[in-house]
Amino acid sequence: MFKIALQAFITAAKGLAITLAHLFGARRSREVLDVRKDDYFDKQTGVTTVQFPREKMPIPEVARYQLDVEIDDCIVCDLCAKACPVDCITIESIKATDVIGKTSDGSVKRLYAAQFDIDMAKCMYCGLCTVVCPTECITMTDQYDRSMTNLAELTYSFAEMTPSEIEEKKREWTKFQAEKEAAKRK
Amino acid sequence: MIVGMVLFGFIAGFTLFAVYSERKIAGFVQDRLGPMETGKHGALQTVADILKLIQKEFITPAAADKILFVAAPVVIFIAVFLGFAVMPWAPGLAPSALNLGLFYVIAIISVDAIGLLMAGWGSNNKFSLLGSMRAVAQIVSYEIPSGLALISAVMITQTLNMQEIVVNQGIASEEALRFLGLWDVSGIGGLLAWNVFQAPHLLIAYVIFFIASLAECNRAPFDIPEAESELVGGFHTEYGGLRFAFVFLAEYALMFLVAMIGVVVFLGGWNTPLPNIGAVRLADWTTGWVWGIFWTLSKTLLIVGIQMWIRWTLPRLRADQLMSLCWKVLTPLAFLCMAISGIWRIGVMV
Repeated sequence: MFKIALQAFITAAKGLAITLAHLFGARRSREVLDVRKDDYFDKQTGVTTVQFPREKMPIPEVARYQLDVEIDDCIVCDLCAKACPVDCITIESIKATDVIGKTSDGSVKRLYAAQFDIDMAKCMYCGLCTVVCPTECITMTDQYDRSMTNLAELTYSFAEMTPSEIEEKKREWTKFQAEKEAAKRK
Repeated sequence: MIVGMVLFGFIAGFTLFAVYSERKIAGFVQDRLGPMETGKHGALQTVADILKLIQKEFITPAAADKILFVAAPVVIFIAVFLGFAVMPWAPGLAPSALNLGLFYVIAIISVDAIGLLMAGWGSNNKFSLLGSMRAVAQIVSYEIPSGLALISAVMITQTLNMQEIVVNQGIASEEALRFLGLWDVSGIGGLLAWNVFQAPHLLIAYVIFFIASLAECNRAPFDIPEAESELVGGFHTEYGGLRFAFVFLAEYALMFLVAMIGVVVFLGGWNTPLPNIGAVRLADWTTGWVWGIFWTLSKTLLIVGIQMWIRWTLPRLRADQLMSLCWKVLTPLAFLCMAISGIWRIGVMV
């Protein structure tokens, strides 16, 4: 009985010594170390908290965080919307009567992007949309810190057409279709 | 009236300070920072918490026993608050230096066990009831070794009057003080005159008292009654707002009170730890009203700090381990200390 009690006291004392060491070790904070260094695990004492909004942990430049779309390079092929596992990309396209222009890598654009919304709240950062994009217009940037108070603000719109432009292009296409029909019947 | 208000103000202020320091100590021990946002380094965190608790709605569960539920926090807090009435802070400065001081204090803080039972039963909640049953079992069991340890000390001091117990541990003593029963240190005072050093078995008695007092406060490692991970909140699960604030206040006040009882009875109370070394009469210079309060506060805060240190180190004891510790280890040891005290008093301190 006394052996157990004595053992209990000894282990309690050891534990208290460890805790005290940590209590006084908290004067220093640990710096962020490179994980590839040999001495990564050497520093065992110190506070590990990163006080987020004021201090940030460094991230690599090729970090994969929020999506960005270069809408001038987009040929509105809808592959990203189809590839997305959580259906966070919404694309509405309007057919153009002729070639509109060229993207930066030479692809021909024949569709207008009336709506190109990405709901960042749903996005799961898998990157499948960036893999399938033929013109590489959708990329993952290193921006992760965009908190909003209104959930609707997390739906990013990348299309740059005004409602009047959208109306106009739709009318052009319908007119083009109608003319084609008429020409066929003749 | 004024004394009561001053004491209440002190308890409230101490709780503000203690909760903040507990959270910071917990943080540093766990290699993190604790509260940092409100105020500089989170200093205003407890103030924010108190303000939040005060402005909350009084919610009483529909099926709860109205009278018991409402009265419980009041009983718990008042029982602890009344214990402060006999505590000596400095020479001549005690709200009420009863001749039965020590007996009164131990008796009155046992009343909070009733408050705990009222809270658990009145909540009409199985977990609360379980928590309060465990709490009362724990408190009632640990009163035995705690009381016996105090009796060992009282047999040496020959008085239950808290103020006299302190006076007899320093240079103002009328009796002869003997360090370890051998060396007469009546004129030297200081550390050597404290009860723990006058009769060395009182060191063991103090350790027993300290452990038992941790259990009285429901503090870890004996916090089965409010085991947050097991019983949600134990007996105070259903309480929120001001009622919870009072239960919380009572817990921290009790921590301070039992630490102070330990300091008064065993560690010299308001006496200075500095001895009179020949011509350098440090003990004389550092005894007095202001010095008395300073020594009382610093010794008690040191003990409270040790209580917090223990909380964040040791794992919780299981209910049966807790009881086993009390009845099989502490109680026999406390009886032994009492027996040695008797022999000491007759044989050594004639």
